[in-house]
Amino acid sequence: MTGPKIIFFILAFSTILFSLLSVFDRRILRAAIYLLFVLVAIAGLFYMMNFQFLAAVQLMLYAGGIVVLIIFSILLTSQINSKLDAPKLMQILAASITALFGIGISLYTILPYVFTPSPATAVEVNMRNIGLQLLGTGEQGYVLPFEVISILLLAALVGIIFIAKRSRT
Amino acid sequence: MNLQAEIPLHYMIVLSTLLFFIGLVGVLIRRNLITMLMGIELMLNAVNINFVAFNHYLYPHRLEGHFFALIVMAIAAAEAAIAIALIINIYRKFSTVNVDDVDELKY
Repeated sequence: MTGPKIIFFILAFSTILFSLLSVFDRRILRAAIYLLFVLVAIAGLFYMMNFQFLAAVQLMLYAGGIVVLIIFSILLTSQINSKLDAPKLMQILAASITALFGIGISLYTILPYVFTPSPATAVEVNMRNIGLQLLGTGEQGYVLPFEVISILLLAALVGIIFIAKRSRT
Repeated sequence: MNLQAEIPLHYMIVLSTLLFFIGLVGVLIRRNLITMLMGIELMLNAVNINFVAFNHYLYPHRLEGHFFALIVMAIAAAEAAIAIALIINIYRKFSTVNVDDVDELKY
């Protein structure tokens, strides 16, 4: 066991453990906090793969934004120590059969497959390259999805205001 | 750091597969809208791990997976905000966020 391997196993184990807890805990506020731990562990995985910018975005947007939104909505819609109903046995059975079947199919397909890495030299993932490619129009430019995302965010903003305002009736 | 020698790509894929199906179970067994939303967030994160891992291991000369993961995050943020606006509105009308009790449309 070497250093990166140990760190990977700690991150992977905490991801799986906290996601299970987040799904099966019946106290909804705790489930949201476990979701926060999952997101932080995944940001650690991104750090391990040298995507520092993506890890920072993950921490800011998911851990800082979405979890706070979810906790707000929990506090607005339910009592703080209320428990969720226990799911019916049929539901648990159906869901776990679906999940096990899906995991089996996916791993059966993927595990024997031999991936061949591209021989090209790796590009350095620094802010300069990210910025140039994100706003570039050339061979490796991603300016079109960037602009489409900005339109989507504007539409989401307008839509949220329209949905959440009180109707006049 | 040479990650390829230490951790094979298959480890990442197994991790994201497990995370995806845990999220799916969360969507299926809960009847509360907010916990269903949390299950969807878990599934989106599993997809992001896959994109980033494939980018890092197989095509390190491009940043496609990186930008795809960024865009998925932006869409996840917009989706969570809209979902929570809808949930608050549903709560105003029905005084519950249980999907089984929300069983009528406008009229």
